[in-house]
Amino acid sequence: MIAFLLKRIANAAFVMLAVALLAFVIFRFFGDPVEMMVNEQATLADRVELRERLGLNDSFITQYTRFVTDTVQGDFGISYRNQQDVMVLIKERFPATFELVLVATVISLVVGIPAGVITAVYRESRLANILQLGSIIGVSLPSFVVGILLILAFSVSLGWLPAFGRGETVDIGWWSTGLLTPSGRAALMLPAISLSTFQVTLVMRLVRAEMLETLRADYIKFARARGVPAARVHWRHALRNCLMPVITLTGMQIGNLIAFALVTETVFQWPGMGMLFIQAVTFVDIPVMAAYLMIVSLIFVVLNTLVDITYAWVDPRLRDDTASAGGSNG
Amino acid sequence: MTLRHLLIATAAVASLAGAAQAENVLKWGANRDIGSLDPYSFGDSFTINVLNHVYEGLVRYNKDLEIEPALAESWQVLDDQITWRFKLRQGVTFHNGNPFTADDVVASLTRVSDDTSPLKGNLPAYVTSKAVDDYTVDITLNGTYPLLLNDLTNIHIFDKEWMTEHDALMPTDVGAGTEGYATYHANGTGPFIVESRQPDAKTVFVANKDWWDEPQHNLDRIEFTPVSSAATRVAALLSGEISFTEDAPVQDLPRLAAAPNIEVLEGVDLRTVMVGFPFRDTLTTGEPNPFTDKNVREALYKAIDLDLIHQKVMRGKSRIAGATVAPPIPGYVEALDELPDYDPDAAKTLLADAGVPEGLEFEFNCLSDGLVNEEQFCQAIASMWSRIGLSPKLDVAPRAVQSPKRTNGKTDLYTLGWATLPLLDSYSPLLQIFHTKDGNAGVFNWGGWSFPELDALIDAAGSELDLDARLALQTKALQMVKDEIIMIPLHQQPMAWAITDDVAEMPLFPDAKPRLWFARMDGES
Repeated sequence: MIAFLLKRIANAAFVMLAVALLAFVIFRFFGDPVEMMVNEQATLADRVELRERLGLNDSFITQYTRFVTDTVQGDFGISYRNQQDVMVLIKERFPATFELVLVATVISLVVGIPAGVITAVYRESRLANILQLGSIIGVSLPSFVVGILLILAFSVSLGWLPAFGRGETVDIGWWSTGLLTPSGRAALMLPAISLSTFQVTLVMRLVRAEMLETLRADYIKFARARGVPAARVHWRHALRNCLMPVITLTGMQIGNLIAFALVTETVFQWPGMGMLFIQAVTFVDIPVMAAYLMIVSLIFVVLNTLVDITYAWVDPRLRDDTASAGGSNG
Repeated sequence: MTLRHLLIATAAVASLAGAAQAENVLKWGANRDIGSLDPYSFGDSFTINVLNHVYEGLVRYNKDLEIEPALAESWQVLDDQITWRFKLRQGVTFHNGNPFTADDVVASLTRVSDDTSPLKGNLPAYVTSKAVDDYTVDITLNGTYPLLLNDLTNIHIFDKEWMTEHDALMPTDVGAGTEGYATYHANGTGPFIVESRQPDAKTVFVANKDWWDEPQHNLDRIEFTPVSSAATRVAALLSGEISFTEDAPVQDLPRLAAAPNIEVLEGVDLRTVMVGFPFRDTLTTGEPNPFTDKNVREALYKAIDLDLIHQKVMRGKSRIAGATVAPPIPGYVEALDELPDYDPDAAKTLLADAGVPEGLEFEFNCLSDGLVNEEQFCQAIASMWSRIGLSPKLDVAPRAVQSPKRTNGKTDLYTLGWATLPLLDSYSPLLQIFHTKDGNAGVFNWGGWSFPELDALIDAAGSELDLDARLALQTKALQMVKDEIIMIPLHQQPMAWAITDDVAEMPLFPDAKPRLWFARMDGES
């Protein structure tokens, strides 16, 4: 088990190094931050000097080594554009993104699970057909379109919910939350719904498939034969056995949602990490772009590694397979 | 319907809950956030413009964009011709209550001209400054230089004591990775005080009751919120969540104008859109460069149907330009605006006479995030050039990608928009674009041309203190630029702001800079 753990962690570290390299290569072709930093009247000499001071003239290897060394120590430098410590910038924005992702996840479960059960149990009913159709729309509409439609409906026409922003926030230590104020909760509604549309469909379809399988199982038939009420059979006995994969999927998807939140955040001017990243791209703010990519990949890698380890712990067969396969590959 | 109105009313009350009821709150939905609260930290005109509500310069532009006294009351050039003496306004205080004195001016000028300041180019002629007494400052320049006042409109004055106290005397330095107090805090003399700031979300300004000048505005608060998505910004205007935007998207103007609660303010920007030629020996293809021949440049000019671009691409909202500067810019005269005839046949003849091979390939570099409808007018121009037998290769990409290619001469023809900011004078494009590349001059001379006669005119203007004599020199230089067809001027681009009906007055400025100290709302105050 320990050998397996070490292997997984070494793999994760290797992935992070690769991401760092990739990120770094991309930035080299991204453009020149100096042209964005100085104003019209800066002379050529000023520009050359600034490029020198930022270390952009050093060799690729030197820059990469410096980047990795600093990153390992958690030092991403300071933002070119905002002149702030990058970690502070990200720490400020993280709560906004996290709350958005959290609420979107809750919505996807609260809506997706019942919808999945209904479409599985009452397969031929009109409601099930409508839900199925809705889910196709949910996967096919891009999230920025969903966002704009929601804004048109609920902000412009009905005037119920704000079109942008995060409302009032309350600070709890360094964590700023919008969940505790009415305006914060109102502002969260549209972005969270928009972000969750894809996820709702995913959960619904997964629950439906699992339910269809479980409903054919012997113990369900026995329960029915014993005269257990249908609702109890479906929502309790059957559903419980379908939830394991849903939980796994939800855990894995959190990384995806954080990455996808970028689009939603842009549409709703949500002051999260995605918004920060988009601006950084516009201004070639390399330290911020690098930190964002590294942190989002870190979240992915950690989630994946945790899931792998948990699986291996639950199911020893996986552990042996992976360990021996990894060993033979060197 | 009643339920809906009730809900709107409730929402409106809720949104006002933070502020007292009768206040005039202007909710500004900008197309992006300011970089930080420090105007000297990043060479970003938008940040400087917004922070001009908090910080002021020694002089400023009035409603007609003429320079008038601000923190300085009067000035004179001393006998040595290179020292300017400014008499400062007395009784001005910073937002923290500190008095404004000569030391503050010296410290601010030192800060902005420091080697690590990305804005030191904004004071190109500055050498040193010293406080003569509490309310007199001498600024020494590197030579006779007529445009110091224009430069100073954009140099914000900080409080020296405040900077000393918070170790912010020097600008932040990205290279060294140091942060600064002024990034997060502001303390100016201007008409508005920064009350709070949440980056990317909201920055709140409140009116400065102790402002030295008689306020023309009647605002109590400005809530500055960036809304970068154009569609969301339009929705927020329609729903009344913002009351002003300085960037109303061109494609949504009819919709906004049709809305009962919204007024669209349209105008023509000072920014002149131009196409530049390469003057190097070879093109990027390695072929010899035919554009050094004036007749070839003229052919390309004649092949562009400026009227068609104005009608179709710019939807009739641009102003067709023959000059490389807009009419309000000093140095402009009407003769400069004369247009050539659109004549593709004559263009073909010119090309044939100059021996340009049929199907000559060259790159045409445009930005996808630059000027208004840039991608579209670039496509239109490229197809007009194809019609006279050339094969332009359109290269469209974001500014961040294109800038290095342009500055390093890794492309052939390119677009450039020049608004003459912050000088608001034709000396700006003459020095920055049309002068031979040399030290301070010709930084945007991407084509690499050199016209010694033109340089002589520009240099003479740059040290001529008499306004009329200087403008005459500049007009002559602009005429030479026009005759040589160094660049092809296309048009001045349209600009559009939008306000909701509770905003009574919002003067539109052709330099596209919102000056909310002239804005008025309907409420009393």
